[in-house]
Amino acid sequence: MLRLHYNLEKLSMGMVVGIIVAASIGGAVEIAPLFTIDETVVAPDDLRPHTPLELAGREIFIREGCYACHSQMVRSLADEIDRYGPYSLAGESAWDHPMLWGSKRTGPDLARIGGKYSDAWHVAHLLDPRSVVPASIMPAYPWLTRSLDTRVLPGALATLAVLGVPYSEAMIDRAETDALAQSRPDSDAAEDVLARYGDAVALRSFDGDPSRLTELDALVAYLQSIGTLTAAAQEELEEAGK
Amino acid sequence: MTGTLSISERQVGLALAVALTLLGLVMAAAARQGPMAVHGAIAAALGLALVFRLGGALYDPEVPAGRRQRFYDAPTRFGIALTVIWAIIGMGVGVWVAALLYWPEATPPWPWTSFGRLRPVHTTGVIFGFGGNALIATSFHVLQRTARARLADSISPWAVLIGFNLFCIWAVTGYLMGSTQSKEYAEAEWYADLWLVVVWVTYFVLYMRTLARRAEPHIYVANWYYLAFILVVAMLHIVNNLALPVSLAGARSFPIWAGVQDAMVQWWYGHNAVAFFLTAGFLGMLYYFLPVRSGRPIWSYRLSIVSFWGIVFFYIWVGSHHLHYTALPYWVQTLGMTFSVMLLIPSWASAGNAIATLNGAWHKVRDDATLRFMFVAAVFYGLSTFEGSFLAIRPVNSLSHYTDWTVGHVHSGTLGWVAMIIFGAIYTLAPQLSGRETMAWPRAVEWHFWLAVTGALIYVVALWNAGITQGLMWRSYDDNGALSYSFLQSVMAMAPYYLMRTIGGALFLSGAILCALNTRATMRRATGAVRAWDRPLVPGPAE
Repeated sequence: MLRLHYNLEKLSMGMVVGIIVAASIGGAVEIAPLFTIDETVVAPDDLRPHTPLELAGREIFIREGCYACHSQMVRSLADEIDRYGPYSLAGESAWDHPMLWGSKRTGPDLARIGGKYSDAWHVAHLLDPRSVVPASIMPAYPWLTRSLDTRVLPGALATLAVLGVPYSEAMIDRAETDALAQSRPDSDAAEDVLARYGDAVALRSFDGDPSRLTELDALVAYLQSIGTLTAAAQEELEEAGK
Repeated sequence: MTGTLSISERQVGLALAVALTLLGLVMAAAARQGPMAVHGAIAAALGLALVFRLGGALYDPEVPAGRRQRFYDAPTRFGIALTVIWAIIGMGVGVWVAALLYWPEATPPWPWTSFGRLRPVHTTGVIFGFGGNALIATSFHVLQRTARARLADSISPWAVLIGFNLFCIWAVTGYLMGSTQSKEYAEAEWYADLWLVVVWVTYFVLYMRTLARRAEPHIYVANWYYLAFILVVAMLHIVNNLALPVSLAGARSFPIWAGVQDAMVQWWYGHNAVAFFLTAGFLGMLYYFLPVRSGRPIWSYRLSIVSFWGIVFFYIWVGSHHLHYTALPYWVQTLGMTFSVMLLIPSWASAGNAIATLNGAWHKVRDDATLRFMFVAAVFYGLSTFEGSFLAIRPVNSLSHYTDWTVGHVHSGTLGWVAMIIFGAIYTLAPQLSGRETMAWPRAVEWHFWLAVTGALIYVVALWNAGITQGLMWRSYDDNGALSYSFLQSVMAMAPYYLMRTIGGALFLSGAILCALNTRATMRRATGAVRAWDRPLVPGPAE
């Protein structure tokens, strides 16, 4: 064995090939089956994709690095289920490019944050966290009151559609109007949002000011949607409790 | 730079600089606004600066004859300067964001100074800027000495260093503008990732061409590690960063991976960035500088072989231990845990081999702060790999994951092991490359050593306490079967630890600043003398 290595280390290409082979096996065994074993991800029947406004909010969540302090992955541990809600299922993030499971909880997990607080609470919390949670160490995000740039949305939806997220032609074409309409429940286009994305989508002015579409609208719409895109996790937990 | 290049090399360099300028202009023109336009402008400005530098020196006198009989150390000197600059940037931002966790009101009201945008500036600054430049700079030195051959050409080392630093600058300025892929330690956007691939291929080709010219039949252990670093980082980087841009004229892209597969690919990358960027490359550094500084040969050749292949083979499996109890299939978690525990064997074989090498040189460890840096690095390496295997065990991980214990663990590895071995290498290299016996301020090395050790210990102990406190508070139930603490109570409990870690980090940073100033002073007082034995057996290629 030693003799073999004694000769191998005289060959630079031999070392290169050896390193590549040795370093490929683990990844191949662990990653490749995740794409081929069907049970790995069971896509829930009721899963819906993010609306354009929620997607824009998700992009802001990424832009501001929120994921560095907030996970979105409830582990299957009793205290996490008691604190946050049903443990996360693979199917819930089946269409999430990228996933935002996170790795650190400087702040609490957000996988079940949707619907837990009011829009007004989120707006106040984002603009001045210590106004609603005096001991919070979260930074304030006062610039989120600026107008939302919706021009990137059709391209973003189209790209995600190529990657397998079920955005239809109409969803892509109407992405900008849908984003605006979701924050204006009285507008004619609001009905179209429900028709395209399902009746469970929240239609309202998330920042409390229907006259403008702001980054706050998008981010709060996203936060309120987290964990509500499918009921599968809740159903599974109830099933397990029986 | 220009003084060490021949006229024809300056011409090639000029052509490359013009190409970089054009690339930057095309990017800026195509994007017109946003991060990609700014990055195009940065590339164009850098290209233009190089055009002036090389163009202005184009007809300076030809490089002195006999250069082929010397090692090519100018890129290493440049790389060391960049290393200490990035150390101050990366660690400085680290101390600042640590302070923000204790004192969040200090956050200025501008988007680009927000915690979430600065945090990746810290991680990229220290991992890629500080660590990466140190690896590249020392690899050029170690490669030449152990192959006893001059670098295969004089242009590609500059291309690698300048190209790599352009990547780092693109990455950190992108985060400030809000441009990020959100993948931890791989946040840079798609065009920066492509650029890094080009740089990396250049690096690999240079490495192989120089190895091919070696005057020693055997490739020394340090080079195995540097090779593993170059090859596997390329593999990880490409697979993890596969993404579809929304438009070729914009920064935004979406990763092709989604959900659980994305999580697995990300942590396969993330943990092996630790393995092959922050471990393999630095073990290469250790295997060269420790014997050189202590004057002792590596204790065991066999142990080197076992630990090398053990690390290359086992490490790749362990990434899934970042995903215990998540929606990742249980069998993958179990594999990750099992291999994490097995990984302790090659890890401790390396650490033990390093420490046993010091047998017979312990008096030097006592007297020489530089060697002491390397010794402490090996000790921290042993301790943090033990901690890593321990934290990867599923029930332990249920307590430690998502807490500051993980952050403390990472810093015991990066401050205690990676940074210490870098400082040891710099304090060995800087005098040698300056033709001096010692650093300009030898006493400052001693000061730096104690600042670094104290800072690292305060930091790590603070976050152990922080992490275990968090983990226990989150899972405590009262007699009525309700959770004992709100999340907010666990946040409030962190305040003293966050203050302590900021102080520890500040001590470590002040040591690094001392190192930067000392290195600058040493290089400014270079004598230009080259030791008679420090010459290649194989001269450079014919000119």
